[in-house]
Amino acid sequence: MELKKDALYAKSHEWVAFEGDIAVIGISDFAQSELGDLVFVNLPEEGDEINAGEAFADVESVKAVSDIYAPVSGTVCEVNEELLDAPELINEDAYAAWFIKVEGVSEKSELMSPEDYEAFCESEAE
Amino acid sequence: MLVFEKSRPGRGVSALPECDVEVLAVGEKDRRESELHLPEMAEVDLSRHYTELERKSHGVNDGFYPLGSCTMKYNPKINEQAASLEGFTGVHPLQPAETVQGCLKVMKETEDALCEITGMSRFTLQPAAGAHGEFTGLLLIKAYHLANGDTKRKKIIVPDSAHGTNPASAVMAGMEVINVDSTPDGLVDVDKLREVCDGNDEIAGLMLTNPNTAGLFDPNIKEITDIIHSCGGQCYYDGANLNAIMGWARPGDMGFDCVHLNLHKTFSTPHGGGGPGSGPVGCKEHLAKFMPGVRAEEKDGALDFAKAEESLGEMKSFYGNFLVVVRALTYIKMLGREGIPQASKNAVLNANYMMKKLSSKYDIAFNPAVCMHEFVMDIGRQAKETGVTAMDIAKGLLDNHIHPPTMYFPLTVHEALMAEPTETESKETLDQAIEVFLKLNEIAYSDPEQLHNAPVTTPVTRLDEVGAARHPVLKYDFEVSNE
Repeated sequence: MELKKDALYAKSHEWVAFEGDIAVIGISDFAQSELGDLVFVNLPEEGDEINAGEAFADVESVKAVSDIYAPVSGTVCEVNEELLDAPELINEDAYAAWFIKVEGVSEKSELMSPEDYEAFCESEAE
Repeated sequence: MLVFEKSRPGRGVSALPECDVEVLAVGEKDRRESELHLPEMAEVDLSRHYTELERKSHGVNDGFYPLGSCTMKYNPKINEQAASLEGFTGVHPLQPAETVQGCLKVMKETEDALCEITGMSRFTLQPAAGAHGEFTGLLLIKAYHLANGDTKRKKIIVPDSAHGTNPASAVMAGMEVINVDSTPDGLVDVDKLREVCDGNDEIAGLMLTNPNTAGLFDPNIKEITDIIHSCGGQCYYDGANLNAIMGWARPGDMGFDCVHLNLHKTFSTPHGGGGPGSGPVGCKEHLAKFMPGVRAEEKDGALDFAKAEESLGEMKSFYGNFLVVVRALTYIKMLGREGIPQASKNAVLNANYMMKKLSSKYDIAFNPAVCMHEFVMDIGRQAKETGVTAMDIAKGLLDNHIHPPTMYFPLTVHEALMAEPTETESKETLDQAIEVFLKLNEIAYSDPEQLHNAPVTTPVTRLDEVGAARHPVLKYDFEVSNE
């Protein structure tokens, strides 16, 4: 399982990394491997408000559609539209394939360090 | 090979009589600009084409089909006989009531039977399938709240043990979905439900399948519907799994206000590519005035079409898929009051027999002492130990002439295989299938690669499902194909 060292993780398997005031959000490597080959991604639009703990996107694998939950509250300022045509990028490198960037971050979900998240995933897998 | 690829210009099977009225040219602006591309074939080639397609598929008439939540029971041939009677096939939907009394009688008797089976007071036969029925039921609930001036009620509770189409239907009906998690036993978490509902005047209602998709009957059902009613909501019963309880328990008695049934599942009409389906919706008295379409009602000693006072409109043209209703009524009449509960009893018995036999090698999700009409195997352990997934087991079944169970559903079980044998399968068929399942489990441990490559004996082998989902080709391209 790959980890992004400078990111924080939610229990629902999203990662968030801060670039100054901007929060960059994606799903973890553990999440992509559990979901399997992704075939479709639904993303919010620039300017949308997202709320910590609420779904802001969904991904579809051959097995199922899964909601992606916002680890922070704020306003979407950039969307990785490349994913819409090539959802496989998430499977290839979950940390390069960010979903959205968020500004005006006001609230955060309960987030874990990479080490804690790794331990959390191991306990989940049992 | 597609029918279009077999087409040759000038070949055909049509021998139309000469036109006996004046031929009028279609106006310039109404003419289509592209070619029509109707396939042209000799009758013998066309007949062989469809026979070949039939041979490539697997239906209930080919073999065991334990596709969970789909109730792929055998469809008795007498249903077809009834549905092909000329009095049913040779009528026009606009004929006056006095000339189609037989058809009206079918509608009336079907409605009465479905009311008795579900504990509802009225049924519409209009919806064409299950999800269409869900949508209709939600519109009834919406109409009810709006008629009460209750405009805030837009939230619908869909427990994660509910049927997969439920949230989609709710969104279609303009409602917002609230998910409620299950308990570790796979049932509705009553405490969490109470928390969500308590004093909440935005709750429009609840959608629930009982027994649920894991084949578990929720013993708290009355408490669940009471909680919804006490906050002013309505309860919708998804009848997808009625085959487990018909003749034994009624959604109406459990506290549900409206329900849809899948005639093509529970009442043995063709489905799975062989449709069309039929998803009648029933409701209690307080929702009856909003019912869509027309029903058959007795008036002056004869049957007539009747429309509800504040009908929400038409969900489908005319009377729904009427000939499917004829088949379902035939089934109900053939079984009668004794046969209907017996069918359910045998469906539950068959599922439990399979579950018990398979539990020696397969983990059963939620580990119930008994299941209802279906059960869920969890392939998680095999996947971890051997790399063989639910998908691989499913593909292995194809090589053994068994249609796989439903895969990767319910979502609460990651490597799910949901099996529903139905009541029409004999002990011999079940024993053969059990043997195949146990053999596949052995292969998973001895030669997993074999299952990764399955199926190898079918007309098409392992398909690239990811490629198909990422780059779907949904229509035949005449331009490219002619090159």
